[in-house]
Amino acid sequence: MSLKNDNSFNELSIEKIDKRLDEICSKDSEKEFYKKLESSGFSRRDFLKWTSFITAALMLPPAFESRVARAAAIKERVPIIWLHMAECTGCTESFLRTQEPSIASLIFDHVSLTYHDTLMMASGKRVEEHLENAVKKYEGKYICVVEGAIPTKDNGIYLTIGSKGETGLSRVKRITAKAKYNLAFGTCSAFGGVQAARPNPTGAKGVHDAIGIEIVNVPGCPPSSTNMVGTLLHILLFDKIPPLDMFRRPLWAYGSRIHDYCERRAHFDAGEFVEEWGDEGAKKGWCLYKMGCKGPLTYNNCPRYRFNQGTNWPIGAGHGCIGCSESDFWDNMAPFEEPNDKAGIRIPGGKGVEATSDEIGTVAAGVTAAAIGIHAAGSVIRAKSSKTNEKESK
Amino acid sequence: MADKKHVIIDPITRIEGHLRIEIDVKDNKVDNAWSTGTLWRGIEPILKDRDIRDAGLLVQRICGVCTWSHYEANTMSAEIALGIKPPTNARLIRNLINASEFMHDHTVHFYALHSLDWADVAGALKADPKKANELAHKFSKQPYNASVEHYAEIKKKLEKFVASGQLGPFSGAYMGNKLYKLPPEADLIIISHYLDALYTQVTLAQMMAIYGAKNPHPQSLVVGGITSVMDMLDAKRIGQYLSKLEEVGDFVQHAYLPDVDLITHFYKDEFVEGWGCGSNNFLSYGGFPETNDWVAEFRYLPQGVIFDRDLSKVEKVDEGGITESVAHSWYDGPDAGLYPGKEETIPKYTGLNEDGSIKQDEKYSWVKAPRYKDKVMEVGPLSRILVGYVSNHNNIREIVEQYLNKHNANINQMFSTVGRTAARALETAYIWYGAHKWAKDLVSNMKQGDERTWTRFEYPSKETNTSVALYEAPRGSLAHFVRIKGKKVTHYQVVVPSTWNASPRDEKGRRGAYEESLINLPVPNTEEPLEILRTIHSFDPCMACAVHLTDVDNGKLKKFRLEV
Repeated sequence: MSLKNDNSFNELSIEKIDKRLDEICSKDSEKEFYKKLESSGFSRRDFLKWTSFITAALMLPPAFESRVARAAAIKERVPIIWLHMAECTGCTESFLRTQEPSIASLIFDHVSLTYHDTLMMASGKRVEEHLENAVKKYEGKYICVVEGAIPTKDNGIYLTIGSKGETGLSRVKRITAKAKYNLAFGTCSAFGGVQAARPNPTGAKGVHDAIGIEIVNVPGCPPSSTNMVGTLLHILLFDKIPPLDMFRRPLWAYGSRIHDYCERRAHFDAGEFVEEWGDEGAKKGWCLYKMGCKGPLTYNNCPRYRFNQGTNWPIGAGHGCIGCSESDFWDNMAPFEEPNDKAGIRIPGGKGVEATSDEIGTVAAGVTAAAIGIHAAGSVIRAKSSKTNEKESK
Repeated sequence: MADKKHVIIDPITRIEGHLRIEIDVKDNKVDNAWSTGTLWRGIEPILKDRDIRDAGLLVQRICGVCTWSHYEANTMSAEIALGIKPPTNARLIRNLINASEFMHDHTVHFYALHSLDWADVAGALKADPKKANELAHKFSKQPYNASVEHYAEIKKKLEKFVASGQLGPFSGAYMGNKLYKLPPEADLIIISHYLDALYTQVTLAQMMAIYGAKNPHPQSLVVGGITSVMDMLDAKRIGQYLSKLEEVGDFVQHAYLPDVDLITHFYKDEFVEGWGCGSNNFLSYGGFPETNDWVAEFRYLPQGVIFDRDLSKVEKVDEGGITESVAHSWYDGPDAGLYPGKEETIPKYTGLNEDGSIKQDEKYSWVKAPRYKDKVMEVGPLSRILVGYVSNHNNIREIVEQYLNKHNANINQMFSTVGRTAARALETAYIWYGAHKWAKDLVSNMKQGDERTWTRFEYPSKETNTSVALYEAPRGSLAHFVRIKGKKVTHYQVVVPSTWNASPRDEKGRRGAYEESLINLPVPNTEEPLEILRTIHSFDPCMACAVHLTDVDNGKLKKFRLEV
């Protein structure tokens, strides 16, 4: 599960990374980067704070902090082409709320956002030409980010873009084919998302399912900016995609279960549950499992980083997790306000694990039952398509 | 006679979603226009047979920008169907979250998506920082982040950026276009605030997260109330909300409003009746309930309709007057408009011409053509401000008059692109006051010992009547129609703001609000259609919202139940 056990991690020795950094960074580019930072009112210290945050988020050892900083000060901007398919622009919105906007926007000054529908100044012909030129000029070098699902039914006519009325399907095929890396930001481009929920009227699919290419999925509805920025940075740093799970999600972000890091976990173990919205348990912050929380079935790092600079997150605001970073969650996790009985999760009975701790003999049984139930649930989800899992090495 | 030139503008950028505009240009002016939504997602059939408690989270995903509006409008429509109302605390917290969305949406729209239709980067490069500072002080007593040093720094930053040749999103921008009319110093001031707004939008998103869990796509709203009771009972949270509200107020008062004054002042030749506004009729459903029964008279945003630009009276809204035509939309069905509960909609894509242009006389958009009492309507901040002005709602008239007096203008000049942009800014300030009030109300209600956040309800064993929540999203009037049986949704339909504004022609060939508003705008250079973008952006298009409509339910309209 952790990066250390992953083969792709072992291949990358520190020396190799440094060599790559020497190739892509220069003293001058770093100097210039820090000057730029200072001119916008950020000290080097602010920047190091940010790098240690992102290093920790990426689950890298502290020795990597200086290397993450160097990668951010990269000499040549890596061009990014960001495509919008069938989507709601929530992922772009989330991306705009990055941890420290000015630093992050500087990062993205360095990672040149060459094309992005929502942000481009020009429209129509001018911007169409710009996109085609960029694809030609940076062929094999750019990172293609896809936001939104691909309508595939009836040859994809449910989405057309540009003066020739090209379908989204054709466009995404054409432009991802010439990219160096492809990233699917959000559950829609990863797994189809909301428009792919039953009965999926437009045949909407995630990029991998629609056109069969290799792609890194950064799901979430929307994903936190930490997960999007972190994945990009990982690619800059290592010049290869991060270790992935069976759903092509980076393990550093999606390697652990919401339930295992949840601030309300103690209440689950103690058998203290919210039974109705606004009840005494809700006021005290008890476990939301009985209100349908899908934290036990969902892999993401929300409990650790929360949203909007740590302001809050769904479970913090008293609402259960809806499992938005899992494939087909609109169908598989519904109804959201009821526990998923298919998952076979057993909750600590009676007064919970704590209450039984003085009754010798029943302790072990109670704890074990709960533990088995919880972990079984996790593995059920993971094992679902373990055959396709070539990346996870156990 | 000069020949007509046909121009396709696709994609329209700096909007939410996928939009195409086609225009005929004659004598350097728009002679005719067509608005085409180019994406269909089919959200409504997905809603059928889902648990009513999941529907809000699902419709929320119609749009990641007005990320609260569909969630709340859905929840209200479900509550109407179930015959319940949430407790006072829940109503106030919903208003606080909604206020953060309105302020966020308007601010991000103006700066990130719209300001560069008014301000020219090339102009800012020529600005004198000293003069910019003087100008800023002329338009505001305490201009936001204004000093000679700061303006000099921003200018330097821009110079470096342009010199680098790697312009990213600015590639192909219409720098130096003659349709930009601000003096260089005003360009610099607005572009400096463009950068400041990046911070303000983060603060506003945090305000939403305090009671809403996160932004985009908050997650604390449930049928019957809200879930963030812990945050509500935590005094620190209201303190956070209010201190962030102060930060935002500083920006709105000392950056946003003065910038709109700059635009009004220097685009005086465009601040005339009819420039970028072809709409005659204006509709607002009313938003932000101030009483627990949600009556229209006591909503913070007013309800009403203005016909034929007649500013002497406002009519009450009768939702029975809403129809939708598919004569020019890619759906099967009768040409004449039908009530949203009645129509059956099946996608029927008939394609484009060989050269990629739309088939003007046939179907040409995924957007339907809604009409109210057989009239084309404009919805959004301009409609709300006009309805509030005419009906003398709260202090809206005073706010509008202050603005008009400052510019020596009359109310009819509001029928323009400048007026639409100003209305959005004035509304932002108005909502800001509202947020203060609701925060105060929340504290005093809790002081009474009221901690309730949720109302219990029972599921109907028989199918309910069609229930409608009439609601205002930042972009305009939004209606969710729902029927429920047991826990399940049996019928769902949404008529959203951008459907009104981006509407194609109807069965009588009448143009929609975007289309009509473009007529006669100058287009001296068809490669740089700046005036077109300025006007289209002033509506704040949200195409993901506009184009999702379909209705698999062919049931007859049942007895109607209306509570709003």
